[in-house]
Parts: sequence; structure tokens; C-alpha cells
Amino acid sequence: MAAAARSQVMSLYRTMLRESAKFPSYNYRNYALRRVRDAFKANRNVEDPKAVERLMEEGWQTLALIQRQGESETSQQTSLN
Amino acid sequence: MLASGRTVSSRLLRPTAWLPLRLSSERTAASFPQKELIKKHEQDEPRPLYMDFQATTPMDPRVLDAMLPYQVNYYGNPHSRTHAYGWESESAMETARKQVADLIGADPREIIFTSGATESNNMAIKGVARFYKAKKRHVITTQTEHKCVLDSCRILESEGFDVTYLPVQNSGLLDLELLEASIRTDTSLVSVMTVNNEIGVKQPIKEIGQICRSKGVFFHTDAAQAVGKIPISISDWKIDLMSISGHKIYGPKGVGALYVRRRPRVRLEPIQNGGGQERGLRSGTVPTPLAVGLGAACSIAQEEMEYDHQRVSMLANRLVQKVMSEIPDVIMNGDPEQRYPGCINLSFAYVEGESLLMALKDVALSSGSACTSASLEPSYVLRAIGADEDLAHSSIRFGIGRFTTEEEVDYTAEKCIEQVHRLREMSPLWEMSQEGIDLKSINWTQH
Repeated sequence: MAAAARSQVMSLYRTMLRESAKFPSYNYRNYALRRVRDAFKANRNVEDPKAVERLMEEGWQTLALIQRQGESETSQQTSLN
Repeated sequence: MLASGRTVSSRLLRPTAWLPLRLSSERTAASFPQKELIKKHEQDEPRPLYMDFQATTPMDPRVLDAMLPYQVNYYGNPHSRTHAYGWESESAMETARKQVADLIGADPREIIFTSGATESNNMAIKGVARFYKAKKRHVITTQTEHKCVLDSCRILESEGFDVTYLPVQNSGLLDLELLEASIRTDTSLVSVMTVNNEIGVKQPIKEIGQICRSKGVFFHTDAAQAVGKIPISISDWKIDLMSISGHKIYGPKGVGALYVRRRPRVRLEPIQNGGGQERGLRSGTVPTPLAVGLGAACSIAQEEMEYDHQRVSMLANRLVQKVMSEIPDVIMNGDPEQRYPGCINLSFAYVEGESLLMALKDVALSSGSACTSASLEPSYVLRAIGADEDLAHSSIRFGIGRFTTEEEVDYTAEKCIEQVHRLREMSPLWEMSQEGIDLKSINWTQH
């Protein structure tokens, strides 16, 4: 079961890194990349399918958040007037 | 009479009609490549690196994400009892209250939302002192507290209270025996901040709480710099009142909270009266989006505390090791062990603090707290820990936080080393000290 989900986990990981790299702000971008990498690394040995399910769900929600925030940062007016 | 009802006088009252106005309506989202603009802006005039996390912190994107719906769609007043707009706002506010309470180990009913830690400090100190003023006329605090605490105590003095400002040791820590000896039978409140915003020193709050509880005195702590960064338990530490600030923990500016113990009950005279919101202690509509932001910031801080603490400690060590190994005569102000690692205050001998700050213009730093940096006086906190006058003028505060990167720390360290060397080359005092002259023995004369 875990082996079958591995490709999904890797796909989520790659997508999250791709979306994190889109933050225009240097600090947010680096934080998102680092935090995603460290979170996946910390949970790499989780076996229990329920826990994996829950973590994946958190991952999808965080991905949505990253996409929303990346978008909203891009659409802000940045000139100070 | 001109057309469309406009009179001559109204034309004259619109002086801006002839100014070149910004025609922002011409630009649509499609014709304004924002991301490219931000990147270009950063290349042309790169903004300084942010290393001043004690002054304020950028909002965490997760906090902003939680707040936006309440700024845009769910805009009801949480105190409206009669319709869904009110109910949904109230529910969000109560969730936020629980998140704040969970971070410090309190009950949600003990959390009062305020406009920030300054308001919370004012409420706690003036409120408690005034409520118990019939029998208790004495308040104790320390000399290294934040200006709002010291100023509130000054106001109490003008109202006839006795205030003792306890000195601190050279490490910045309070002497517990001195505290115990200073408590009188008519002391109502002791106020000691958990983590100092200028030197990062962490006071022995658990022991202070124990002393205050045993003597029957209320204990207030300004935990603005500590909440969400170090584990806090109001029950273990026997804290009766605690101030929390939103914008120090990656939350929004303009919101904070005050923890007020219910068992045993702490009574306060409110300073803001009105409709009786927040248990009557702080009337006024609770700003739902800000409260939601504070709650989200607290809940994120609770999850990320260990990760952040490890990372901040690592980066702080990196910075201090690098700087201190390359430059002689650098002193770290405050106790080396009892501290929060993310706040580092260094004094560079024979270098003037303001000139070093200006030399490091592409790093955002501060010398002393934001509230006092406008004046030319050296910081009162450094004076209280017994720093020499000239060293107090040469101090810089480095702040490291959740979003700081290794590259930023390395750049700051290198720039700092380079500029200190350069400024020392120009300093006659440095020359003299290199020749072995003891500067303290010099008799400076007037010309």
C-alpha cells in the first residue's frame, strides 16, 4: 500500500516545490522550499496508512495555500504611492 | 450656473484638477507584469536584508491566508447576536481565542483581545493597581522593562502609588533575593518581562512566579517577545497576567491579547469602557480578521516552535561565531545561557554604533529598541546592565527569525566584519588602544 502511494507522495512533493519556487518574495520563497523539504524528510519513515493519509491531506491543503498566497502576492500593487 | 449643478466655487475648491494624477485605471492586470516588476525592483534597488525581528516580523503566509476571508467576505461584527454575519464572525473569534489559549496553556475565557502588547501592559499594570488601591499601594517592576510598562508605572506614581524599579545584575537577570526582600505587605503587583526585546535575556519566570504566589502578590509578565518562541505554561510558572503581541509572532499588527487568570480571580479596573465586550475588561468591537490572524499565528507558532527554535539557534551561533572569531573586542550583552537565541546584542569597542548601522545600510538592523532609537541617548537597558557608556553607544541588535536564511546571516556577518575593520582603521581610539594605552587613564581636557 505504501509503495503504491509513494509515487503520489513524490508527485505531491515535486508539485509543492514547483509552486513554492513561484513566490516573488525571497524570504517566503526560501522558507516554503525549505519547510516543504524538511517536512517530507521528517516524515519519510511513516508507515501507518492512516497517518500517511492524514499527512497527504495536509500536504494538499498546504499546496492550495501556497498557490493562493503566491497568486495574491503577484497580484498586489507594489509601488509605494 | 454651470451644467450638472456644479457652481463656480466648487470648481475652485478642487485644486487637484490641474495636478498630474496617476492614471491607474489605464493599467489592467494583464498589462502590469507584477512578478517581473518585483524582481526588477529588487535588482535595481535591492531592499535591505531584514534582520530586525524584535522590532516586528513579516506575516506568515498561512496567517494572511486565514485572515483574508474575514477581511473580504465574512465581515460581520462578532457581537451581533441576531444574524449569520455575527454568528460566523463570533465563531471565528472564539476559535482564535482557543488557539491563543492553547499556546500558553490557559482557558479561552481567560484571554482578552486588545490592540497590542502596549495596551495589554497598560491594562494589567494600571488596572490591577487601581482596583486594589484601597489596601495596596505598592508595585514592583525592573529597570529593563519595555517603555510602556515603565511609563504606566510613572503614571501610577503620579497617582500616589509607590513603585520600586528593581536593578538587574550585569547579566541582565533579576536577583531573586532582592525581589523577595522588596515585596511588602501592601504590594499588589510584580511585573517582569519574560524575554527582553533589546538584549534577549530570559528572566527566571518560574522562580519569580513561585515567590509571588507564596507572598500573595499578583505576577504580570510582558511575554511579547517570548510567546510562540519558547514553551510557556501559565500554570507551571504561576503567572496571573500575561501580555501577548501579534506582530512579534508573524501575525498582524494592531492586535494582541492579555491573559487574565480566573482561578484565583484577578480583578482589574478597565481603562477602556463601553459596551462590555471581553468580560467588560476591554470594550470595543473585537476586530475579527486581526483576532483570526493572531489565533492562526499562535497555532502555527505552537506547531513550528521546535523547528524554529533549532533553526534560529543554529543561525545565531553561526552569526556570533563568525563575527567574534574575526573581530577582537566584541562583547555580547546579556547572559550567554539564559537567553532567547534570536536576539543578539553585540557591542563593538572603538566603533560608533550609528556609523556602523549606516555602513551596514543594506541590512536592516537596529541599535536598541525601535521605541527608543529616535533619541540619541544610549539604551536604558544597556545602562541598567552596567555596560560602559562608550560600549552602550557601540551596540547593535541582530534579530533572527523564522524566515532568515543562511545566506542572509553569512552576508550580515561578512559585511559587519568588513565595516568594523574599516571604521576601526579610522578610529584614533583604536590606534591608541593598539599601542597599549589604557583609555580609561587618559585625562581628556577641554580646549
